[in-house]
Amino acid sequence: MALNTQPNLHEPGKRHFRAFSSGDDFYEALIETHRELTDEQSAMVNARLILLLANHIGDLSVLREAMHIAREGV
Amino acid sequence: MLSTFQYPKFEYIRPPEIAEGREGHYPVVIVGAGPVGLAAAIDLARQGQRVLLLDNDDTVSIGSRGVCYAKRTLEVLDRLGCAEEMVQKGVSWNVGRTFFREEEVFNFNLCPEPDHHRPGMINLQQYYLEDDLIKRARQLPNLEIRFRNTVIGVTQRDDCATLRVETADGAYTLHADWLIVADGARSPIRTMLGLDIDGKIFMDRFLIADVVMKADFPTERWFWFDPPFHRNQSVLLHRQADNVFRIDFQLGWNVDPEEEKKPENVIPRIKSMLGDDREFELEWVSVYTFQCRRMNRFNHGRVLFVGDSAHQVSPFGARGANSGIQDTDNLVWKLKLVMDGKAPATLLDTYSEERCYAADENIMNSTRSTDFITPKSAVSKTFRNAVLGLAENHAFARALVNSGRLSVPSFLADSSLNTADSEVFAGNMIPGAPLDDAPIQTTEGTQWLLGAVGNRFQLLHYIPDASALDAATARALRSLIDAPIAVEAIVVAERGTAPAGLATLIDAKGRVRERYDLREGTSYLVRPDQHVAARWRTLDVAQVRVAVARATCNA
Repeated sequence: MALNTQPNLHEPGKRHFRAFSSGDDFYEALIETHRELTDEQSAMVNARLILLLANHIGDLSVLREAMHIAREGV
Repeated sequence: MLSTFQYPKFEYIRPPEIAEGREGHYPVVIVGAGPVGLAAAIDLARQGQRVLLLDNDDTVSIGSRGVCYAKRTLEVLDRLGCAEEMVQKGVSWNVGRTFFREEEVFNFNLCPEPDHHRPGMINLQQYYLEDDLIKRARQLPNLEIRFRNTVIGVTQRDDCATLRVETADGAYTLHADWLIVADGARSPIRTMLGLDIDGKIFMDRFLIADVVMKADFPTERWFWFDPPFHRNQSVLLHRQADNVFRIDFQLGWNVDPEEEKKPENVIPRIKSMLGDDREFELEWVSVYTFQCRRMNRFNHGRVLFVGDSAHQVSPFGARGANSGIQDTDNLVWKLKLVMDGKAPATLLDTYSEERCYAADENIMNSTRSTDFITPKSAVSKTFRNAVLGLAENHAFARALVNSGRLSVPSFLADSSLNTADSEVFAGNMIPGAPLDDAPIQTTEGTQWLLGAVGNRFQLLHYIPDASALDAATARALRSLIDAPIAVEAIVVAERGTAPAGLATLIDAKGRVRERYDLREGTSYLVRPDQHVAARWRTLDVAQVRVAVARATCNA
């Protein structure tokens, strides 16, 4: 399976009438996860989050593609 | 400064209460002749209601202020009979582009679907909008506007609100069966009544400049994150009428607003942005901060709050004046039914419920935009810049770029006025939805669905051939008009003419059928504010009557 870089965020059971809503729900939750953390704590939260999501995805070919894109241009 | 627009000066007339040494009594008094107060006054007066509108000033908005008027607002103004002049004068646009540093990373189209009457947005200086609304108001004989009449005191009892009003000729007293408060974000009346409004202040300042220049920029909204001409901050550009451009510079919190407003500080910023020796003239400059907050409820006994007096949002998304005009769209038909004794006063509680829901949605969306545009922490900024960096090449990231989610109407899906579906429908026109527009053919030529509905309860009944409507169904449809709250039946069809006594709308392009998932027999009950109240696959007059009762708190 290839890495999906098309919009893919959704929430089961929740109906949205605007295309931007589920992405904005996610982004708000992401920023909220970091509320009142120090920069060091935030870096730790991000690392843990990546590890959790990587395990959920499972497929190493997908993860390698994501890691490659993430590093490009940084 | 200020050369493209000649400000009108409205005449102050000595109020009859002062001339005759008596107190006044009006069924409805509205305070504040901004866009929202004027919309409320026009809507009520058009429906035959006598209205008194008070304003403490004697001209229109100074400076362009509210610039973007959204599709739904234009549809409401069409219902009031005054959108056409505004659309002609204003600049219609649908496309917005977002740049990060030097590159365009994202663009959106507010109206990607064909066959809608109004564009996604027009840009028009607020003074033009108010000027047009005042012209419209003056066509209505039962609408009286009193300029330079300032409310200095307000009290209320169970059956009326009492105002103390100051003028150049002294003060006088007015009693109002109903008081609509449209006196703006600082709302003196809200303060006089000791009512709270809660929310948060954003620690940021923005400079807005109206610039007159000849420029061939396309009529699009352009938004820059961290551009080379204004490092680490955002900039927004909008074209308005008369070659006036609105430029909005983020300044950060630690600047002196008085210094920033001085032309010698503003002009270099604009020159650096334009990047050439183009001639321009500064028309108006302002520095603003903003808050997101709302009142707990918008109706307090005989006092009804609308617009900024009830709720405030950040300006990203043009959700201020647009939501205020939608408040009046929701309020006026309900107030009229209550005043006419056709609905209980609890119907006004649903004004508060539905518009608090909309205000929360507006505050949520504009707060999210603000948090993206002005990140509050290092990690938030890192995520923001990561999204912008990925957006150029990856579609998922473009969907996360948030330079403002522009004003769209709320779907009142959870409103207590809705009758829940008992059959399956595709699409978005659920109970509580604002109606989608579509082209229709009438005996007067090509028109628009939203021009044919509104101001009263209506039932849209679909049949492919209107001429084939059987006598029993025609009788049932016609019988809907005979009720204390009349329902006007309209036959929507591909072809044919409905029997006498029933209007026919021809869905020439098939868009109504498509957008409303119509099949033979499908019937939509539509509220006076062009929202779906209920829908069925077959017509049952008894069910329609129950749904009308529910939609008016008469159940």
